[in-house]
Amino acid sequence: MENNVLVSLENVTVSFDGETPVLKDFNLSIRDGEFVTLLGPSGCGKTTILRSIGGFITPDSGDIYFNGVKITDLPPHKRNVNTIFQRYALFPHLNVYENVAFGMRIKNKSEKEINETVHKMLELVDLKGYAKRGVGKLSGGQQQRVAIARALANDPKMLLLDEPLSALDMKLRKDMQSELKKIQQTTGITFLFVTHDQQEALSMSDTVVVMDKGVIQQIGTPEDIYNEPKNAFVADFIGESNILDGLMLEDYVVSFAGATFKCLDKGFEKREPVDVVIRPEDVKVTEAAKGMLRGVVTSLNFQGVHYEIIVDVKGFKWMIQSTDFEEVGKEIGIILDPDDIHVMKKSEYSGMFGDYSTFSDEMEEDINAASSVDGEAEE
Amino acid sequence: MKAKGWATPYIIWMAIFIVVPLFLVVYFAFTGENGFTFANISKIGQYSNVFLRSIWMGAIATVISLLLGYPMAYMIARIPAKRQSVMIMLIMLPMWMNFLLRTYAWMSLLEDTGLINRLLQAVGLPQVHLINTSGAVILGMVYNYIPYMILPLYSILTKIDGSVIEAAQDLGANGRKVFLRVIFPLSMPGVISGITMVFVPAVSTFIISKMLGGGGNLLIGDLIDMQFLGSAYNPNLGSAISLVLMVMILICMGIMNQFDDGETMEGGMMI
Repeated sequence: MENNVLVSLENVTVSFDGETPVLKDFNLSIRDGEFVTLLGPSGCGKTTILRSIGGFITPDSGDIYFNGVKITDLPPHKRNVNTIFQRYALFPHLNVYENVAFGMRIKNKSEKEINETVHKMLELVDLKGYAKRGVGKLSGGQQQRVAIARALANDPKMLLLDEPLSALDMKLRKDMQSELKKIQQTTGITFLFVTHDQQEALSMSDTVVVMDKGVIQQIGTPEDIYNEPKNAFVADFIGESNILDGLMLEDYVVSFAGATFKCLDKGFEKREPVDVVIRPEDVKVTEAAKGMLRGVVTSLNFQGVHYEIIVDVKGFKWMIQSTDFEEVGKEIGIILDPDDIHVMKKSEYSGMFGDYSTFSDEMEEDINAASSVDGEAEE
Repeated sequence: MKAKGWATPYIIWMAIFIVVPLFLVVYFAFTGENGFTFANISKIGQYSNVFLRSIWMGAIATVISLLLGYPMAYMIARIPAKRQSVMIMLIMLPMWMNFLLRTYAWMSLLEDTGLINRLLQAVGLPQVHLINTSGAVILGMVYNYIPYMILPLYSILTKIDGSVIEAAQDLGANGRKVFLRVIFPLSMPGVISGITMVFVPAVSTFIISKMLGGGGNLLIGDLIDMQFLGSAYNPNLGSAISLVLMVMILICMGIMNQFDDGETMEGGMMI
């Protein structure tokens, strides 16, 4: 049962108002019981996928299968999936109890069964004693929990979550992340989770699907995605990374930044141009004389757990995370072990993500991305 | 302090044109030739049939307006925004025409020798007596006041969050159940204000009944009209009738608002 495909999208194409398709010949299979996250920037088509499965969008072409049955043209109310909407979409005219009971009342369940299920669900989401409250008076986190209870009360095979945590503050978000994960594990329901927050995706998912421009860039476990990004887009989108132009001299030998390194990658052509990814936390700092590369510290930022050090190596600004303090202006050495280096094939994204000389700009972009969440709904 | 200063002219305005006239109505209602008296109020009893007829016809006109206006408002709220404003324009357009003119137009349509009857004759059907019936009065009420039903309904229906409707569909509700369990309950404030805005002027109208109802459909408005401008000149009785009408409308609105509050605050099971 564990590995059965629950939902599959086959050659799905979706466009709005005759514009360029948001999704084009899109294929994806989701296994039963999995926690799958669709991760990507605004407008990458992730919400469109979710809404197609929920039944709110009918694809222009292609088909969607649920448990082996074609559901492409089935209206939302006939699908055995439930959605957690970005803004919760609770019924403002009903109290917590009636919100959770809504789906069961539609199905004409007995009052006794409704009562039992509602209380069970409210207990599951830690809202015991809130049954008689009006939903308007609840906090964002509590509304979110009601939305989850309301969806789960229908005993769905699959739960679709559309950036459900984006409206919550940092602390609450972390709590809800672990809570959602716990609920997923206890209920065994398949979760399809949409987010643009890479940290959220990595910490919760069994499988992460990284998307951009309607195309899957990489599918894998969070560890795979982080350690073995397939291209510069994935490397840049997930975590911090130094992405350099390199040349694969032969198997296990790569040259970049004017030096030659041993690495663990093979299978490239001789002298093939490649992208090299080095995560900031993998870089070891040493005395200038002992380093494989040398550079000058241009800035230092205390982050709590570590310092973020920007080092200028022959004009390329590296980001290094180190627990040791380094003085700005000092020349330091860098050591890279073979397993610190990850080599990727060149892609359309090569060269799009520069070094950290424009670091502050990038931070701003991140903030913009986070605040433009609202736009995602119209995606 | 500043806000208080700004409010002063309005307070004076309201005092002169609302509070003082109200007191005058009350004063006249309880006075006669020999000073204070209940005679005017007690005389109203003999007009109870007029009161009942007014309320009855106002209520029918309101119900018809709601039944016709709700689907209309619902339809407008769902079409693309650009066409919405055109539709709303079309609904408001008749309101820019003079009220009397509009009612006169209906007169010439409904007359025994009017357009409708001539058309019926032309196709060989028997004449129908339309003018000077209670049906004509109700038609006039619906025609004149239905925009006041559609507009509040439209404005509340456009405000309903689309994701709430999607959530209902997501939870298994088909089109009918989405409407009955989500859209209609959420539009209750609009229903209430639409009902109020049609019922109140319909109950107190006098032009419509005078022009379309003939002599047999006397309404409260006509009664009051007669006491001030007509043959039965008696401002004291007119004031008393006005006062009773006002109290009745207040009670009706109070009942409606009670219903509205109960609906939005407690939620619960409507159907």
